[in-house]
Amino acid sequence: MALPPPDPQFVLRGAGAAVHTLHFSCGGQEPNIPVLFSGSENGFIHVWNLKTHRVDTVLDGHGRKSVCCVETMGGKDRLLSQGRDQRICLWDLAEGRSAVTDSVFTEHVGFCRCSLLEVAQGRWLMAMAARGLEEVQVLELPSKTSVCTLKPEVGAKLGMPMCLKLWQLSCDSQPLLLAGYEDGSVVLWNVTMAKALSQLVCHQEPVMSLDFDSEKAKGISGSSEKVLSIWSLNEQQNLQVHKTHKLVNAGISDVTIRADKKILATAGWDHRIRIFGWKKLKPLAVLDYHTASVHCVSFSDHRSPRETLLAAGSKDQRISVWSIYTQT
Amino acid sequence: VCFIPGGLDCSISFVSHVLGKVCIHGRQKEILGVLVPRLTELTKSDCMWQRICWRLLECVPDRWVEAVVLGFVQRAPGADVLSRLLGNLVVKNKKAQFVVTQKMLLLQYGHTTALLQNLLGYLALDSPRRALLLTVLQELLETWGSSSAVKHSPPEQQLYISKAILICLSHLREPEIQSCRQELLSSMMEGVKCHLDSNLPQLRRLGMVVAESISSKINTEGPVLKFEYEEDDETRELKSLLVQTPPLCLPDDNARSEKAGAALPLVPESNKKSQTSASVVPDEELDAELDSDDDLIPYDMSEDKELKIKAPVYIRDCIEVLTGSEDVDKWEATVKALESLVRRNAAATREVSVELAKILLHLEEKTCIEGFVELRQRAQVAVLTMDPIPVSKYLTSQFYSLNYSLRQRMDILDVLVLAAQELSCPKFHGKTKHSGAQKPRVQLLPGSDSSKDWRRIVDERIKSKTRRFAMGQRQMELASGPNEFNSVAGHFFFPLIQHFDRPLTTFDLLGEDHLVLGRLVHTLAVLMYLAVNTVAVTAMGKALMEFVWALRFHTDSYVRQGLLSCVSSLLLSVPAELLLADMTEELLETQCWLGDVAEKDPDGDCRRLALQNLLLMENLKKKLESGPS
Repeated sequence: MALPPPDPQFVLRGAGAAVHTLHFSCGGQEPNIPVLFSGSENGFIHVWNLKTHRVDTVLDGHGRKSVCCVETMGGKDRLLSQGRDQRICLWDLAEGRSAVTDSVFTEHVGFCRCSLLEVAQGRWLMAMAARGLEEVQVLELPSKTSVCTLKPEVGAKLGMPMCLKLWQLSCDSQPLLLAGYEDGSVVLWNVTMAKALSQLVCHQEPVMSLDFDSEKAKGISGSSEKVLSIWSLNEQQNLQVHKTHKLVNAGISDVTIRADKKILATAGWDHRIRIFGWKKLKPLAVLDYHTASVHCVSFSDHRSPRETLLAAGSKDQRISVWSIYTQT
Repeated sequence: VCFIPGGLDCSISFVSHVLGKVCIHGRQKEILGVLVPRLTELTKSDCMWQRICWRLLECVPDRWVEAVVLGFVQRAPGADVLSRLLGNLVVKNKKAQFVVTQKMLLLQYGHTTALLQNLLGYLALDSPRRALLLTVLQELLETWGSSSAVKHSPPEQQLYISKAILICLSHLREPEIQSCRQELLSSMMEGVKCHLDSNLPQLRRLGMVVAESISSKINTEGPVLKFEYEEDDETRELKSLLVQTPPLCLPDDNARSEKAGAALPLVPESNKKSQTSASVVPDEELDAELDSDDDLIPYDMSEDKELKIKAPVYIRDCIEVLTGSEDVDKWEATVKALESLVRRNAAATREVSVELAKILLHLEEKTCIEGFVELRQRAQVAVLTMDPIPVSKYLTSQFYSLNYSLRQRMDILDVLVLAAQELSCPKFHGKTKHSGAQKPRVQLLPGSDSSKDWRRIVDERIKSKTRRFAMGQRQMELASGPNEFNSVAGHFFFPLIQHFDRPLTTFDLLGEDHLVLGRLVHTLAVLMYLAVNTVAVTAMGKALMEFVWALRFHTDSYVRQGLLSCVSSLLLSVPAELLLADMTEELLETQCWLGDVAEKDPDGDCRRLALQNLLLMENLKKKLESGPS
């Protein structure tokens, strides 16, 4: 007899608008407080204290335009946020400050979230959708120098890039970028050489979100249709479809794999969060709490696996935080 | 002259005369009851006795042949026995031939299926007689295919002929079918046309079954004619006649061996299937074993179902969605929710009632919803009951307008009836014990034979009227509500009756569209019935009487049944005093006409209804003679 799905451990209210992006920062040692960053449609970034479940700070840096992405750069004192005011802001939050130290003007009017990768101590690569319709630009931070611009070949008709993921197999290998496009295909780019290595059509509809497991060379993408697509990368750096999984209701806004590579979570337009086992995509749970479309899901980076949390932000302005499958 | 073993000569003709005389006097049962079994015994192996039997029958004088042959055919236990007893009588004796091939098949129709089997089997058994079988089949098909026969002969006769055709077909062999293929095909085409044109569903089904059977016989390879109809006992019986299962004949052995052959290939196939499934399972198990660290236990996910789209909450939103929206999910949700919305928001519905009625009348199925037709009809009924006068005006005017399909016109009639029923009955369901007496149960679903319902309702009504004397007090305890149909009955009724004789280019009630005319007449009957105790009932009665009078000789039996139902409703609904005061002459004329129908109408249901009406009129007279209370 299967157990009924668990309830959220707690729910954070007070964002005041639909929540579009979430990011945990819980890896610090005591007396560091575990923190959750959330970006909302009203342009505010809330910093939630996970011990008191209250907002510690509110950051206003995007002119009341929706914040679509927040990421930390090495600890919770340095924050990167991307908004629909076509700006990416870098924040300094140490010692109670809340100031924008730098910003990048992306000239991109879409919804594509940027992707960060730390390539060396203090040096980051950031991939973002750029001004050209189908282009992706990779910058080095904090110097803001352009590393390359990835342009698909003429006539490829991929549409806008919808989601990006920078990764590298190990610290010295070349950084690679996976980009999901509007026409439903996923392209693997070599960043250093600015060349496309492989392209795979995964969906009939735009790719809404993707995530990649570099150890197993396997990735998953979700779209606006009813299918989740799992694909893998073989030795020749070629993408191929591994399997597909049919869902009950159409529409996935976000998909993310937990750091221990055991489970993954999807955020659905049908207000539900689904948990699958990563190994064989076995459906594990359907978490039904929200009353509107769920926009983002994120796993925490706690040191101890028992404390790992899953957070989901939804259009109903609430963030639900769950503790699920932490015993393994 | 024939001889009996022992060398004695004797003449059989005296016995034939006696036999004939006895049979013609109606004593077939007694004498043949003894004679036939004895002869069956004797003729089983002894061909001498067979010859005696044949001689016996050949000598029966012509004027008595019919009775004797009929008796034999009825008594013989099987076609082979009949063959032994009669021999080639039908070929040698003209009168016998006439009786067997014409009279018993085409002129009489009261015999059982078993008799038909015997008769036709007998014809099929011997080669000189087989030629007769073919002629018989041709004549049967001619009758089956003639449109006047279909229109005027009783359904029982048509069933009999259809059975005979099917049995003949079952006896025919390949070469024979090939030789008369063309004629079979042409008669089938003609016959199917007349049958499908009929208003009675039973006749349509008969036509479909026979046509399918003929088609399957003449097209052994290639596509075969297939109709869609509801199976019932009659069709199943008919279809079973196509397959002959005689106990001793040769063709049956072939059929049996064919069946056995067919069974054999099936068995190895199923063996193969089980083998492949067995080989698949070990692979899956192997995969599962490798999965050792997948120890995450899933939670219960039974609640994970498809998300439902919310339907709009306001009626004007519904109108928007139904007329313009491209969002099919929303359209579906709206169609499902419309009826309850209309019923809950009476004031809002009244504002847009005619518009809604128009949209619903033209609404077509955009996606595949279950029960779309019913949902649409219920929504239409709801709109009509919420705002009867303008919507009924609209609907009745559209009934007589150009460019509507027959289906739409019949929908209008159905909706009017259902709404009238709802308006006229009291709203206190479930509390009444004698619900049958209070609420008329009229279910006019498309295609149903409402004359059956009518008999039941008329009976119930008669019962309820007589009951009232004895249980007057008990009736008063039941709750009653105002009859809302009162104020609008005229609006429903009179526009429908107005233009029936004015043909339009696409719609001619008195011409081709007699199906719609039949439905219209039945609808008027129901409306009349539901208008009991309303103010307009006398005027309605008079108009209806005129209408019935104008159409009383219509050729279609469905229409005539409807007209007789109209008369029933009239007699039941209009108060007796007013009937006699205002409509005396019409009633007398109607009584004569009803008597005529009761005796001479070819359709059984019409005759029954006419009798019922005469009974009602008698009751009326008696009631008035017993004096006003």
